[in-house]
Amino acid sequence: MTAKTTPDSQCLITVNGTVREFTGPTHTNALDFLRGEGLTSCKEGCAEGECGACSILVARPDGDATRWTAMNACLLPAAALDGQEVVTAEGLGDRTDLHPVQQQLAERGGSQCGYCTPGFVCSMAAEYYRPERAAPTGTLPDVEDTGEQHCGPNGFDLHALSGNLCRCTGYRPIRDAAFALGTPAVDDALAARRDQPAPTVATTDLSRPGTPTGQLGRYRRPGTLEEALRILAEEPEVLPLAGGTDWGVEVNIKGARARSLLAIDRLDELRQLDVTDTHIEIGAACTLSELERGLQGRIPLLGKLFGQFASRLIRNSATIGGNLGTGSPIGDTPPALLALDAELVLSSASRQRVVPLADYFTGYRQTVRLPGELITAIRIPLPLGELTSFQKISKRRFDDISSVAIGYALTVEDGIITKARIGLGGVAATPLRATATEMMLEGRVWEPETIRAAARVMGEEGTPMDDHRASADYRRAMLASSLERFFAEQLQETNLLKGEGT
Amino acid sequence: MSQLSQRPEHPVVGEVHPHESAVGHVTGSALYTDDLDRRMVGVLHAYPVQSTQAHAKILNLDLGGAYRVPGVVRVITATDIPGVNDQGAKHDEPLLPVDEVMFYGQAVAWVLGEDLEAAKAGAAAVEVDYEPLDSLITLQDAIAAQSFHGIQPLIDKGDSQAALRDAAHVFDGEFEFSGQEHFYLETQNSLALVDESGQMMIHSSTQHPTETQDIVSHILGIPAHRITVQVLRMGGAFGGKEMQSHGYAAVAALGALLTGRPVRVRLDRTVDITMTGKRHGFHASWKAGFDDDGKILALEATLTADGGSSLDLSEPVLTRAMCHIDNAYWIPDIRVRGRVAKCHKTSQTAFRGFGGPQGMLVLENILGLVAPQLGLDARELRRRNFYVQGQDTPYYQPVRHPERLEAVWQQLLDGAEIERREAEIARFNEDHEHAKRALALTPVKFGISFNLTAFNQAGALVLVYKDGSVLVNHGGTEMGQGLHTKMLQVAATTLGVALDTIRLAPTRTDKVPNTSATAASSSSDLNGGAVKDACEQIRDRLAQVAAVKLGVPSHEIRFSRGTVSTLGGRESISWKDLVQAAYFQRVQLSAAGFYRTEGLHWDVGLMRGSPFKYFAYGAAASEVEVSRFDGSYTLRQVDVVHDVGDSLSPLIDLGQIEGGFVQGAGWLTLEDLRWDTSDRPTRGRLATQGASTYKIPSLSEMPEVFKVSLLDKAHEEGAIYGSKAVGEPPLMLAFSVREALRQAIAGFARPGTSVELASPATPEAVFWAIQAARETSKLVSQRSS
Repeated sequence: MTAKTTPDSQCLITVNGTVREFTGPTHTNALDFLRGEGLTSCKEGCAEGECGACSILVARPDGDATRWTAMNACLLPAAALDGQEVVTAEGLGDRTDLHPVQQQLAERGGSQCGYCTPGFVCSMAAEYYRPERAAPTGTLPDVEDTGEQHCGPNGFDLHALSGNLCRCTGYRPIRDAAFALGTPAVDDALAARRDQPAPTVATTDLSRPGTPTGQLGRYRRPGTLEEALRILAEEPEVLPLAGGTDWGVEVNIKGARARSLLAIDRLDELRQLDVTDTHIEIGAACTLSELERGLQGRIPLLGKLFGQFASRLIRNSATIGGNLGTGSPIGDTPPALLALDAELVLSSASRQRVVPLADYFTGYRQTVRLPGELITAIRIPLPLGELTSFQKISKRRFDDISSVAIGYALTVEDGIITKARIGLGGVAATPLRATATEMMLEGRVWEPETIRAAARVMGEEGTPMDDHRASADYRRAMLASSLERFFAEQLQETNLLKGEGT
Repeated sequence: MSQLSQRPEHPVVGEVHPHESAVGHVTGSALYTDDLDRRMVGVLHAYPVQSTQAHAKILNLDLGGAYRVPGVVRVITATDIPGVNDQGAKHDEPLLPVDEVMFYGQAVAWVLGEDLEAAKAGAAAVEVDYEPLDSLITLQDAIAAQSFHGIQPLIDKGDSQAALRDAAHVFDGEFEFSGQEHFYLETQNSLALVDESGQMMIHSSTQHPTETQDIVSHILGIPAHRITVQVLRMGGAFGGKEMQSHGYAAVAALGALLTGRPVRVRLDRTVDITMTGKRHGFHASWKAGFDDDGKILALEATLTADGGSSLDLSEPVLTRAMCHIDNAYWIPDIRVRGRVAKCHKTSQTAFRGFGGPQGMLVLENILGLVAPQLGLDARELRRRNFYVQGQDTPYYQPVRHPERLEAVWQQLLDGAEIERREAEIARFNEDHEHAKRALALTPVKFGISFNLTAFNQAGALVLVYKDGSVLVNHGGTEMGQGLHTKMLQVAATTLGVALDTIRLAPTRTDKVPNTSATAASSSSDLNGGAVKDACEQIRDRLAQVAAVKLGVPSHEIRFSRGTVSTLGGRESISWKDLVQAAYFQRVQLSAAGFYRTEGLHWDVGLMRGSPFKYFAYGAAASEVEVSRFDGSYTLRQVDVVHDVGDSLSPLIDLGQIEGGFVQGAGWLTLEDLRWDTSDRPTRGRLATQGASTYKIPSLSEMPEVFKVSLLDKAHEEGAIYGSKAVGEPPLMLAFSVREALRQAIAGFARPGTSVELASPATPEAVFWAIQAARETSKLVSQRSS
């Protein structure tokens, strides 16, 4: 195979200020690329985006400025970094000139075996450079907090480290190091870099021998949605790839190799956020982190979800459209979006259609999306239900997959439940709405008796299974206890509001 | 004070120093074994063919497909082994199976490729024909089938039968609890090459380089002097690289021998977790007698360790479990039987605590369970049973310094304001229907030394160069625990030089031979003794030189922080000048140090003796809040008081205490190993085989308030510079979390209810315990006189 000589076939990545060329097979992840370049600070701990030992900083757009964004290098195709800027722990500081984050971690006993440390350094540095961190409180609503305090006195949000695992320290010294950080110095080059625009999105087209048998792998990043849809129409075997946090696991753990990948995560058309009188429309390629910031708490139910969705590292890569595109029964956005009565905009080269999310899933990882179609946007109708909750049942609070997830949006007028929407995940082959329970609630008085009656119905929703995350009995029990918990939560919120009012 | 424990003036030990590699860690410049292959040319990459059967005969192994994959260089099978096909020390664990696989995931063959992609494709192309055989997956299945291996030791002291007959209160029960995956962030890896001198050079992430050398020696059939093993540092080990690492080093060495090229063996996470051994889960059946005051009178128990498919370290793990079933409590009459179940899973192995946690958990579970039946607060029940002076353990070792238990407990009660907080918790529970809180205290007593006396020896090699710089080699390995930091501080203290005068070399078997594993918490004790011995030899020789130069007797020479002076400091000479002068006087500037722990003896047949140099003590208080709706909980506050003797390095010790605690809490509450026990073709497969399904504690599990203090006035006579071992004991402080959960669950029941709680106490397990507690209080069995 001779490489094409057009500029597209070359993949240049700026790492720690030096331009390096990526020449490997297209399935290569950024972790293996960086280690191949001798940047061994980047470590493989799990290869599925769970441990954060491969966390790196990527320069991402933030309006007209740049935001240093920490990502799992193991889930990021190296080709996705074409034309982009990356910083690793080596680039933050060296033995003679430690970065403040490195200084704090080293001094306070934040490393023991040291293997997870460079990843912590990068995740922590991203939070160190978060522009809102040092801003006076109130400028940014703490939308992701689920009622627990996660911010230090310096504004450091511990969620920034939710995707990093340490097996040695027990985390206390890492937390203390994070909370001891000051603000970047005036001559801090990475801080200054934030004021300049992020690198433009390169169009990429790489064809490289992939597997040992010499099969070609192709990676394309088209410049427009139109071009992307045209490719999808003409080449139905092409795999559209957004944040890639699910696909990266397939590649690393299950050995999946795609003949042809189509990167759609940076298409402008898919990255808009529009608020109208009748609905909020979210571009499918917005990452969860971008939505957290962009929505500014406008959709409280999603605000309750974000902090429980995987980790900061994953939320920085994963897109809302991607979470629906995989069709997984245990994705965390569907239960919330079902409760919000969301609709999906599905586009192909020839047409656009709008499908209620409730009709989207048809079976285990099966949906109504046709070959050649992309999810381009998610529409959430207004007004929103007032009483909301996102209940995620899992073993671990940070970065775990739910055994059961439940989204609530209820409207109560004059003490009567006028509208009830409940989305469920983890209790069937697809996410689903608890329609029988909704019917038990609508038109009834918002009171314990109604809740008790509906809870019995709720316990019978879905068809839960036994697996290593939870037993079917526990899942059923979680459904059964959920409404009571929801009622108690709402009571507590109301009491808090009353308390504040007096 | 003994000479070993006595500190000179202005010692470097006891100072706060960060980990010696901290700067390397944070900048990424600290190298690990897997960072080395890119420094070599022609490296081959290895990938295993893993068994897809829990237990089967291998009928045929067809390698043809692998060799058709471009880039595949060699496939290694059992027939390629020139020496003895055994990766352990018990002759029950072939490096590669000849005709029978013993667990799902076992390596059947290894494929070497030009790159990892080729090796993986080659491994996928190997065809194995199996004839499935009956398999035992669960511990219960193995016990029912009477499938055991190894020794079946017995501790038998006093007359437990008579004591139980006469006891006012007798309880019995059964308790089975899970093992634990090490989940070191750096998976197993080795790199081997035949070097320029013709020796087999092995870089390995191992806690036991000498044993790697031994095992490679018998597998390759070459003497130990032709093999050198080097350990740079490990990215965590926790016991998982004490024994389990050897096979992978042997595969790399065998590959290097067969191909003449360097061979890299690095397990990815899925391969690592499905092939390597874990902490043993245990089953215990027990019967315990108490008097009316809650004093334990007698205990009878049978402990069955889930050993997996081969023995590995199961026998010593079981021994330590049995030697720790007493934890901190005096049990006059006791009979404990031990067994190792053999079943078709990974071969379970060492894990921080080495059986100690399992033994102690059995008794702590009993105490937590029966306290309500005895009408006693669990905290009071525990305290009443603490060892006191003059008592001895079930294996007849006198308990030294038992008063430290009381001291630790009191320091904790005062420092953590336990009584005030208990009252607060009671008020909270009154006011809250859906959530309950509780606060529990548990103690730790942990024996320090290898149970097997012979292992309690260590060596060191200290080299002083003409410019005054010092190079320290010792037999211990660095896995993050800070051993090298402590050894630097010991050497600096003994030689009387500044810390930066000394460099610590990577651990190598050609520098210090015949070492013991870096294990049993004892590496600072052992290697510290050896480093100190070597440094003292050099210092004493230098003192002679200085004595002549400064005109005083040599016993009046003092070495401190790079200055060598007479008593009172009237005359002095710099360390550097003294070293140079000594060189010109032809004084030897290097020394091999040696240490062995005195006073130990152990009869494994009788399970009797004094296997431990001393005991480490500690106690923790944990406060939790539990939600009735889903069984979820938060760890609100943890207070710890721990006995590290006179700390060699306080920041390092603090890190071991906190890290051990959280790891223990992970084992007891969160980490949930699940195996496929169905009759599907995937029977025996580990269901939780990655970070997405096996959850270790993250920042969200860290206690909201976490306060650790060291026991005051804790000098230890028998150990290096008055210190105590700290690696393992703090893990068991996490029993307090489990007991707090139990007590919080009891808050949902009527008073006096005994709460059974599974281990790990996941939210689901806690939820079911709450459901049970709310229904009725269930007694295991009770008989009152």
